Amino acid sequence: MISGSMTPLAITDYTLTTCLGAGRAANWDKIERGETGLKPCDFFDISDLSTWIGEVAGVDQQALPASLAAYNCRNNRLAWLALQQDGFLDNAVRAIESYGADRVGVFIGTSTSGIHQTELAYLAARNQLPDWYHYRSTHNVFSVADFVQQALGARGPCIAISTACSSSAKVFASAYRAMATGLCDAAIVGGVDSLCLTTLYGFHSLQLVSPDKCKPFDRERSGISIGEAGGFALLEKTEDARLMLLGYGESGDAYHMSSPHPEGEGALQAMQTALAKAGLASDSIDYINLHGTGTMANDAAESKAVAQLFGERTWASSTKGWTGHTLGAAGIVEAAFGLLSITHNLVPASLHLQQPDPDMHIALPRAAVQQPVRKVLSNSFGFGGSNCSLVLGERV
Amino acid sequence: MKIFIDAVGLAAPGLSSWTEALPVLRGEQAYEAQELDRYKPEQLPANERRRATDLVRMAFRVCEDLLRDNPVSIRRCAAVFASSGGDYPIIDQICKALCEPERLVSPTQFHNSVHNSAAGYWSIATGSRAPSTSISAFDDTFAAGLLEAASLCAIEQLPTILAVYDIKPPEPLQSKRPITLDFGVAFLLSPVESTRSLAQLTLTPAALAAGTPAQVEALEAMRLSNPAARSLPLLELIARRQAGQLLLDANNNPTTIVEVTPCP
Repeated sequence: MISGSMTPLAITDYTLTTCLGAGRAANWDKIERGETGLKPCDFFDISDLSTWIGEVAGVDQQALPASLAAYNCRNNRLAWLALQQDGFLDNAVRAIESYGADRVGVFIGTSTSGIHQTELAYLAARNQLPDWYHYRSTHNVFSVADFVQQALGARGPCIAISTACSSSAKVFASAYRAMATGLCDAAIVGGVDSLCLTTLYGFHSLQLVSPDKCKPFDRERSGISIGEAGGFALLEKTEDARLMLLGYGESGDAYHMSSPHPEGEGALQAMQTALAKAGLASDSIDYINLHGTGTMANDAAESKAVAQLFGERTWASSTKGWTGHTLGAAGIVEAAFGLLSITHNLVPASLHLQQPDPDMHIALPRAAVQQPVRKVLSNSFGFGGSNCSLVLGERV
Repeated sequence: MKIFIDAVGLAAPGLSSWTEALPVLRGEQAYEAQELDRYKPEQLPANERRRATDLVRMAFRVCEDLLRDNPVSIRRCAAVFASSGGDYPIIDQICKALCEPERLVSPTQFHNSVHNSAAGYWSIATGSRAPSTSISAFDDTFAAGLLEAASLCAIEQLPTILAVYDIKPPEPLQSKRPITLDFGVAFLLSPVESTRSLAQLTLTPAALAAGTPAQVEALEAMRLSNPAARSLPLLELIARRQAGQLLLDANNNPTTIVEVTPCP
């Protein structure tokens, strides 16, 4: 088990793009209004899945920079759309110029990267794939990290992390370690995952997709709504920033490929490690952004782990009722919601929660709560039992 | 950054385990290509073994080879699983299924399609709750995996297994991603030297430069034909207990200078 503390890292800029809109303001506006971004599934040509999705508007209208035309696929178009929000692209380029390109690392989480491009290539000609199809720059797991690195002009360490739904939470841990060992002085971390047939039909085959809008922690919850999103953050060693990465905790469930440990033991270990890294007791946390996918098993396991550490003392909500489960982008999206919660001193509601599951002994807000929020814990748990928790907020 | 290598696992055509490969890596025995047999992971419960794909079997093969003569407490080990493309055969099967009118993706295929499938099976098999991560950096995957694992090992002060592996894609993907042979390698990294330590590695980023070729001429083509096989020059130095410096070249990452010092 990981032990020891960490030196906090400044989060000097961040952005997110989800089905709620592009950029921080558009997303937070919908959170404050309590309006979901989910809609009945009309992705691609799908007519046989009765479910809801969180689709980002305008992805297919994005034109990539001409020099990166070979990277053109839904996932990289979404990455490009997300990079341009909130002035993030300009701030990242400025940081790269000031540190030197080879001193800035790029760490991007994704679950399926541009797999939809391969789906399209197979649908077009499954025996001999078409000439327009470029595996390396579209589908490969690394393609989105490669694209982001080139679009920004960074030249430091660059990897894609792909641990299913914890991918873009774990980028914070990898970036911290790379900065701590001197491989780079600053890092661009993020996550991008986009809608595709593989995840829509794949989660359907596991009977984890809800026919309704997802209702995390409700007694009548019936599964996930799949969403897509992109988000990024700039990490630096500056000491005077208000928003900081204070802790991270990673663990494995050692239990099952597609079900969480029923008692949430891996989840508990991830949260405990993140608090230990931050040097904080659980009562210092003002808000927990739960993984809260809306499946029976996930929410039950996560609530047990959260109840053990926090009981009903700390507000805990899932924002997936707004965005759907954005899979490999969930870590960065929900870290961003945590940071927005601190900025606005507002705990988001757990959207679509009507009748809380009586077996869950955690403090689930059915409406937003205005209160001081200084420190946030954000949970991301993935297939294969890959868990990651982050502690974000003001320096201790 | 300094770390120690305590054990090695290996699997490639004609290099069926680390021990079997030593004479070839030392240049004492000629290399002979020979296809690998289908591997049966020893640590996986029967139920999970049945579902394990060729890619997961490759990851287990090199991790289990590494553990064969090394009684380490595996539940304490962190792990980095690095593969440039993950499970090409599963991706092929899913994409073919999606071309059929019913679009029936099997649940097992789907959970095997995640890039961290080997990490998940490994955690189930070993009972380890230690952190693990799963990464890709396309053709830079070996160098990037080594840096990721060394950072994890050094910062968290945990023994860390690094497994790097890619298997041949089936057609039609093979023509778009021409990896022509299977290759897997695993290293047990330690933050401190022990009686088991084989070599100390010092890793330093450098400006772009050409990668160091394999010393054994017959292995140089292999080095270039699978991203995981970029490890061959390092394997040769460790096998020969030879001090030396080598360069791991990369496209999206800095070149890494690896300084190898054998441990007594």
